Amino acid sequence: MAQFRVCPDSGFYFDRSAESLMKANAVAGAVSLLIAGILALGVILTRWQEVHLLPADMFYQVLTGHGINALIFWIIFFEMAILYFASSTLLRTRIAAPRWAWLGFALMIIGMVMNNVAVLQGNSSVMMTSYAPMQAAPHFYLGLILFAVGALIGCFVFLGTLVIAREDRTYEGSIPLVTFGALTACIIAIFTIASGAIILVPTFLWSIGYIGHIDAAMYRVIWWGMGHSSQQINVAAHVSVWYLIVGVLFNARPMSEKVSRSAFLLYILFLQLASAHHILVDPGISSEWKVFNTSYAMYLAVLASMIHGLTVPGSMEVAQRAKGYTKGMFEWLRKAPWGNPVFSGFFFSLIIFGFIGGITGVVMGTEQINLIIHNTIYVPAHFHATVAVGTTLTFMALTYLLIPVLFRRALFLPGVAKIQPYVFSAGMTLMILFMLGAGTLGVARRHWDMDFTGALLAFEYPGTAYTLMAVAGIGGVLGVLGGAMYLVVTVGSLLFGKKLDESAGLLQGFGMPLAPSSYNVEQPERLQMAPKLAVEQHGSAGFEAPGTFALALALLVCFVVYYFINWDYLSSVWPLS
Amino acid sequence: MSSFLPPSERNWWSTPVGKQEIIWIGIALVWCLIMFFMMPYWHIYGKQNLSNEAYQTNAPRYQANVDAMVASYKVGEEAGMPIVRPPPGSDVYMLGRLWQWYPILELEKNQSYRLHLSSMDWNHGFSLQPVNINLQIVPGYEMVITVAPDQAGEFTVVCNEFCGIGHHLMLGKIYVKEN
Repeated sequence: MAQFRVCPDSGFYFDRSAESLMKANAVAGAVSLLIAGILALGVILTRWQEVHLLPADMFYQVLTGHGINALIFWIIFFEMAILYFASSTLLRTRIAAPRWAWLGFALMIIGMVMNNVAVLQGNSSVMMTSYAPMQAAPHFYLGLILFAVGALIGCFVFLGTLVIAREDRTYEGSIPLVTFGALTACIIAIFTIASGAIILVPTFLWSIGYIGHIDAAMYRVIWWGMGHSSQQINVAAHVSVWYLIVGVLFNARPMSEKVSRSAFLLYILFLQLASAHHILVDPGISSEWKVFNTSYAMYLAVLASMIHGLTVPGSMEVAQRAKGYTKGMFEWLRKAPWGNPVFSGFFFSLIIFGFIGGITGVVMGTEQINLIIHNTIYVPAHFHATVAVGTTLTFMALTYLLIPVLFRRALFLPGVAKIQPYVFSAGMTLMILFMLGAGTLGVARRHWDMDFTGALLAFEYPGTAYTLMAVAGIGGVLGVLGGAMYLVVTVGSLLFGKKLDESAGLLQGFGMPLAPSSYNVEQPERLQMAPKLAVEQHGSAGFEAPGTFALALALLVCFVVYYFINWDYLSSVWPLS
Repeated sequence: MSSFLPPSERNWWSTPVGKQEIIWIGIALVWCLIMFFMMPYWHIYGKQNLSNEAYQTNAPRYQANVDAMVASYKVGEEAGMPIVRPPPGSDVYMLGRLWQWYPILELEKNQSYRLHLSSMDWNHGFSLQPVNINLQIVPGYEMVITVAPDQAGEFTVVCNEFCGIGHHLMLGKIYVKEN
């Protein structure tokens, strides 16, 4: 029985089981994003002090649920879909052990529901980080453990699929760059889940009484081995998706396979003890350890991101210039398809991730500068730039590509889809910038009341802090609106979008395969290597992508200036030694 | 197109790299090295560094140190909490617990103190406002920093690590007097 179908628009081959798995994981991710988005509204409308919507207990509960659903469930479900796509679809192979993959999916669903129930019951408002000795209900931890085990199974299915593709010789030469990036994400994921198991399993046993004591400092060190590394999965995954998007939209090829792949390799080699960034002002950890483990003496993971920051838009520029958009520095960019949400979503995510997320991340990860930033609202501002815009917006952009290709539906309300990345980016950027400002004024994160009403001692933040938080609130609401637009378009497309193939019925979108007649390919043709370039561009004397180089230099200037501004600010606080 | 296709060369590793990428990698690496060297530089020449001094402790032992200091140097009371004025250069203790920073400290400007910080129960965040110095306070660990306030006035310690339902009520005070 033929088990593959070919997408007539993109030429991608889909294995029937892999396709259903991708759909199921993507839909589960969207459901998590829906939960996270609704909770986000509660968080932002409470932190906006003039609105101050929720009571304290509910605020902390909602914040816990928002963090876990957005940072863990939404992103990892979607990443599972990406892993299956990058292995099975890109390599034109059947997926390894689909039943195991479904088992992994089922465990992830059970874990997600269990954890959400624990938070909903109200006795697990411990924030995503659940720092021991603060204790949540046992099923809070168990849910996370089951989810992680499910994700781990997915990682091994991905690796197995790579092995099958190699054995069956479904492709010529080396695996594509996008698959290589996904492999990077998978390897980091395995390390991450191992760290998670090392800390969450004992914490679970402690919560049911089998272990008497969890050391609070150890918990933070190991938990962040999971918590921070999982963000590196996201980076590796969304950078891979950036390469995929420039490939699909512009026929772009990497400027240099060697450089881009080496940069991915740097992520694996130099990110693993990134938990150091979270314990820079913790007791009992030496400065030498902190300095070395935040930077490995030369910040090679930062270097990797700076490389991708050049090569992703650079490969797009080279492709655009080859098409004749050669006028001036930026015609290639001006003439890009700004009305296509796949492009605009990708490009905004690239810019905001680099200019805001990247720079703030390195600044606050500097040992001494962390003193003026740790646990202020600057921190969530930073990771909203990296994760909520970097990763999430990239995945949104990819969704607009997947709706016709994977789900075989036309976009529902394309006009809404067209402006969605603009609304989301504008709202999030506004929120992020103003939260960064409020953090610089010392406003605490994870805090219900800037007024400290009812406290025995009194304190007031400067009036500016209130204004900043109010503008951040407006930005946040706009961001939630952008998120809602995304969900309306995606869910609407699956339910009401015009069917592009003969359908298996209403549920086609939600994990169901298409009608059997669509699957008419026994075995796809072997995937050929990319055509050689007629003229070798690399190594030529001129700059192939001058516009991108100018953008990269602009990034560097912002980076340098902002970095030293923060040292200057640090030098003004009380001397400590 | 080849970002999702196998590379056009079997031996893609030996394909030469463009000048632009090499220059950028060079610039970025130099910048990364500068950022690294700033941290040791600041340890030598900067004035804001954490000491590496920390001890494992437990709540009763730490509480005893705090109580001894309060008994010796108490100068007043505010909102039911003692105000303590320890001599310059001495060991000063502050503890975080659900939900207060205890006791209130009175320090002299431009004098240095060995400030000990620990938590009696959960993680807390020592966030000194409006100076904006932020430290993680972990139960079971006693952190010691030498601090030399260079401004006089009223300073507040906000808790900025989530510590349960009373988290937003957790404040402490440090008064710095002109000498």
